[in-house]
Amino acid sequence: MAKMSRIETVFTTLRKRQETALIPFITAGDPNLDRTAELIHCLADAGADLIELGVPFSDPMADGPTIQAASERALDAGTTLGGVLRLVTDVRKKTQIPLILMGYYNPVFCYGSERFAHDAATAGVDALLLVDLPPEEIDEISTMMRGAGIDLITLLAPTTPPERMQRLAAAAEGYLYYVSMTGVTGAQKISPEDIRVAVEDLRGMAAVPVAVGFGITTAEDARAVGDFADGVVVGSALVKIIEENGQSKELLPKVAKFIVELKHGLTTPAS
Amino acid sequence: MNYQYPDERGHFGKYGGRYVAETLMPALLELERAYTEASQDQEFQREFSYYLKHYVGRPSPLYFAERLTKELGGAKIYLKREDLNHTGAHKVNNTVGQVLLARRMGKKKVIAETGAGQHGVATATVAALFGMECEVFMGKEDIRRQALNVFRMKLLGAKVHEVTSGTATLKDAMNDALRHWVTHVRDTFYVIGTVAGPHPYPLLVRDFQSVIGIEAKQQLQEAEGRLPDVAIACIGGGSNAMGLFYPFIEDSSVKLLGVEAAGFGVGTGKHAASISAGSPGVLHGNKTYLLQDDDGQIQHAHSISAGLDYPGVGPEHAHLRDIERAEYVSITDTEALEAFQKLTHVEGIIPALESAHAIAQVIKLAPMLSSDKILLVNLSGRGDKDIHTVADALGVDL
Repeated sequence: MAKMSRIETVFTTLRKRQETALIPFITAGDPNLDRTAELIHCLADAGADLIELGVPFSDPMADGPTIQAASERALDAGTTLGGVLRLVTDVRKKTQIPLILMGYYNPVFCYGSERFAHDAATAGVDALLLVDLPPEEIDEISTMMRGAGIDLITLLAPTTPPERMQRLAAAAEGYLYYVSMTGVTGAQKISPEDIRVAVEDLRGMAAVPVAVGFGITTAEDARAVGDFADGVVVGSALVKIIEENGQSKELLPKVAKFIVELKHGLTTPAS
Repeated sequence: MNYQYPDERGHFGKYGGRYVAETLMPALLELERAYTEASQDQEFQREFSYYLKHYVGRPSPLYFAERLTKELGGAKIYLKREDLNHTGAHKVNNTVGQVLLARRMGKKKVIAETGAGQHGVATATVAALFGMECEVFMGKEDIRRQALNVFRMKLLGAKVHEVTSGTATLKDAMNDALRHWVTHVRDTFYVIGTVAGPHPYPLLVRDFQSVIGIEAKQQLQEAEGRLPDVAIACIGGGSNAMGLFYPFIEDSSVKLLGVEAAGFGVGTGKHAASISAGSPGVLHGNKTYLLQDDDGQIQHAHSISAGLDYPGVGPEHAHLRDIERAEYVSITDTEALEAFQKLTHVEGIIPALESAHAIAQVIKLAPMLSSDKILLVNLSGRGDKDIHTVADALGVDL
């Protein structure tokens, strides 16, 4: 049997403990890469189970204003995909937390997908989630990524028809990312009960865990969604704390406090 | 030559495709099905032709520019007068087609991005005609440059969203239109204005604009009894060029010449010449030539013409360049301004600054060719909207 990946190991451990995975998202390089390294360790120590690291892009079409602004701050600080991979190499020396690079296809395409697969695997990247590379186009990178042991995370949306959902869920790697609403990141709050049935159906079809993202901003939301999902992704709400405290000494304590609250909601059952 | 593009997955060779978020993917698949049905439905084709004739005013004339021909002393110059269409540019051919398709699909709301405002006006116009809600996304910088078109859209009942993200021009307007679409995809039809975006947009915009080349071919046949030697059109996203070129693609004797905006000069880094000076990448749902840095970050485009001020180009043009079926050159702001004035003086036709780029290439090319050669030029729009920009550039205070 093949050795379990870091992502599988984490979800397996959590399942035994009946806990839901907490998956924070931060933009790499916001406000700069040194700070991102500190944030990754802070998130891991405070209770995050996996981390999605946003790779900044000039034209983030699926993102709302908060993550757009984070992307701009990161680019202004000179962040490149190569720099993000060096960051991963660096933090990987001290943590085994699964790291998922999330972003848009063009920076990976320009880096060269073969070179990227090699460098990302060497650095210790576990998975790649490209929001604008749907299953229809994924073939151009999937062989290389699989060869390098990098999972390609599939997104599913409320608009995805049942037949398509079944097909994509069956073929998924790592975990499935269910986008909780039709919209951009951080645009509105979700009503957890509205998506319960969709997520439960999806878990029935999927061979991998199902994480839910978009619109989860509080410990209360996280706990409600955690009641029926294997993981919850919190992005804009966290990025907002970084936006407001980027250079301040308060940043790490504030982030840690927020993560502890979120994680607390995921380790105690919903009332 | 047998030209069969795009393939069934929307690829033009290495380019095109559907690089969008999952939320939009089902909408694109639905649009593709609806368009395939419509394109085979004679009733839809009849309806499209009806509005092109009675509402847009087609066929647009093919005009022999005799004085310009004499003055340049070379090849004969024919202008395809898309500037005489209702709303003053070729854009309306496509918006009539797409809004009819939206109606057929039962959508009640349409959205559009716009640069110069021509596509926004054309979308708002057809939305008014059919009583549909219309919202247009336009960069803050373009709203300033094209105040007249902004007011026209508002008069037509459209809501204009000012886009302040990124560079606040056309590419950012398209980002925000896509963000709006992803949020309202269930009841909203996105009317894309050029031969770019995810499949099937490059296909359907080309098809709706092909009326330009189909008419011109027939009109030139009547006037001269033959094909042109060169077909010339300006290129931002490339819809007027694709509309002119496509019906000539298999006529290998016809040279296809696309004219990009060189802005301050391709060497200055301040231009919009994606094919001449860009590299392949993925933006706005398709793979094509883009202006970008080594890390795949999209760069600012610059052109005096807001309609060409876009850091990408339609994927079919990228393919035509790679297979060497079309050739792409570029014209600077200064050359376009000179051509703008020349056509106005010599022929009494005020061209759009976009179209003035094609005219500028004609001014370079015609004198080098003998008088038995024929240049067919797409005069894609009229220049009324650009009067303030031109006055500014010439140092005239209105």
